[in-house]
Amino acid sequence: MREVELLIIGSGPAGLCAAISAASSGAKVLILERSFRPGGQLVKQTHMFFGSESQYASHRGVDIAGILLKKLEEYGDRIELMLNCTAVGFYEDNVVTVLKDETKYFKIKAKSIICATGAYEKSLAFPNNDLPGIYGAGAVQTLMNVYGVRPGDRVLMVGAGNIGVIVSYQLLQAGIEVVAVLDAAPRIGAYLVHASKLARMGVPILSSHSVKEAIGTDCLEAAVVCEVDEKFRPIPGTETRYDVDVMCISVGLSPLNELLAMRGVEMKYVGQLSGQVPLRTENCETSIPGIFVAGDASGIEEASSAMAEGYLAGLCAAAKLGYVPADFEERRQEYRKQLEGLRSGPVGDRIRAGMKLSQL
Amino acid sequence: MFEKTGIATREMVMSKFPPVERINKGPVAVVECYQKIPCNPCQTACPVGAICIGDDINNIPRRDEEKCGGCGVCVAKCPGLAIMIVDGSKSADTVQFRIPYEFLPLPEAGETVVGLDRAGQPVCKARVLKVMNPPSFDRTPVVTLEVDRKYLYEFRNFRREAE
Amino acid sequence: MRIEQHPILTFDRGKELHFTFNGQPMTGYEGETIAAALHAAGVKELAKSAEKHRPRGFYCAIGNCASCQMVVDGEPNVRTCITLLREGMQVETQEGKGKIK
Repeated sequence: MREVELLIIGSGPAGLCAAISAASSGAKVLILERSFRPGGQLVKQTHMFFGSESQYASHRGVDIAGILLKKLEEYGDRIELMLNCTAVGFYEDNVVTVLKDETKYFKIKAKSIICATGAYEKSLAFPNNDLPGIYGAGAVQTLMNVYGVRPGDRVLMVGAGNIGVIVSYQLLQAGIEVVAVLDAAPRIGAYLVHASKLARMGVPILSSHSVKEAIGTDCLEAAVVCEVDEKFRPIPGTETRYDVDVMCISVGLSPLNELLAMRGVEMKYVGQLSGQVPLRTENCETSIPGIFVAGDASGIEEASSAMAEGYLAGLCAAAKLGYVPADFEERRQEYRKQLEGLRSGPVGDRIRAGMKLSQL
Repeated sequence: MFEKTGIATREMVMSKFPPVERINKGPVAVVECYQKIPCNPCQTACPVGAICIGDDINNIPRRDEEKCGGCGVCVAKCPGLAIMIVDGSKSADTVQFRIPYEFLPLPEAGETVVGLDRAGQPVCKARVLKVMNPPSFDRTPVVTLEVDRKYLYEFRNFRREAE
Repeated sequence: MRIEQHPILTFDRGKELHFTFNGQPMTGYEGETIAAALHAAGVKELAKSAEKHRPRGFYCAIGNCASCQMVVDGEPNVRTCITLLREGMQVETQEGKGKIK
């Protein structure tokens, strides 16, 4: 069985930043990534990120992945990245079981672990929601921006949060028609500058609307949309049919953190953070000492927060292993300050409430 | 309304424009950022310190119309593509806009395109004067267009005429 | 179904690969997943559900949801959204749960 100092599960924005941060303090790091490519969901983000310079604002997500991977190389002797490796179990003695290339199975024992496993897209219940042509918005983004494949010709976007409006805009950039963006909520959830980008391209954003049903035999052919009242009940007589071959579902993400639950970390359902999350200290440490969490696995936020959290978790996990840099407290305060800034405005209300509920 | 559709009202739009006298003096940035979100590249990008967000990264940017020389560095840097440059100094009848445009095919100088409002509806004709897409803009081309002065507060986007 | 020009991205497609879908010859590119290659060829239906034999396409594209499972080179339950295409692959629509050899 292989033994490592610090094991990081996931190489998205949180995992990469955690690795860079911990290695810069002197820790030896092993990163496990289940995909054949590092970077998590950064690799399909073609838009410029918000935030400040510290989180690479104004750079496109796909380029941020490149920047972080290059930084990773600077610590080449201290960071090892294993691709095609899925962590499938996490046990009391800090043994993580790993499936490599879908065929080989091995164990790793770690002194400290950072779980940066990200999130997955929720789905939505309506008749025929299983038809091919109905995809997660993030999945369509992958198909289009990573592989350069058109998802179809005419798209209905369900969900006007940041992912919904951003992917809609990216569909237009790929030359694909977006007939409308709907959201059951009475207000657009996305940053309104994103919504305005879409509105001035002539794409209607329909608040208080939902999908009544999908129509099609082998594949999606049309969608019936209706208005909903303030309690999200369909209003009869408001049905509109859209002939579309693609419907994107963008109704939020759920944290992906079953490994932590398996290990016995104290978990709690926190609606503001979009699901079950581990309780943690302000240093991202869970109820079990030496086990940390960062990024969407600790609650759904923007990638900018995931990066700041990754830096903080990496710094603190390394410190716990005895790698305490001279400027430890300065750096810790800096990352805390960044996170506070990113969460302090009105769009951070929910996150702040969620953070309070999930503090140890 | 804005929070339901993403389309700013005329009052909101006008609140972000400097007085016409300032526009007539020369190019100036119009920063259409209406919501407090954690974002500050416009402040970082401005070479003359004309855009101020301050200590709280969530603050809405304030543009100093006297300091701003309309250089346009912020236009391609704004992640929300919420900034444009307006210039009313070139002619009494028209106004020039510099707007970000991340679509292909790009228009060409001299081309006439359809001017769109904030709802993407056609409102006027617009003449393309220049298309800038240097590496420093990082794939956010900026297009300069000339539009009838009547549409100062309406014009915000364009589409190319069907071939 | 491929994007030929894009304002932000350039797609450096790898070398052309040949594979079969239900016995039909198909082409895709090195570096892309089976599901991406099939979608580019216009194939959206990847499997049939176990109980009601309803058509199934991909959903999450990150290997999380199991909607895209197909039979690849005789092996069932291959998550085609995260499995890279290889030369000569035999890809088949999966009926229900599939049979492990």
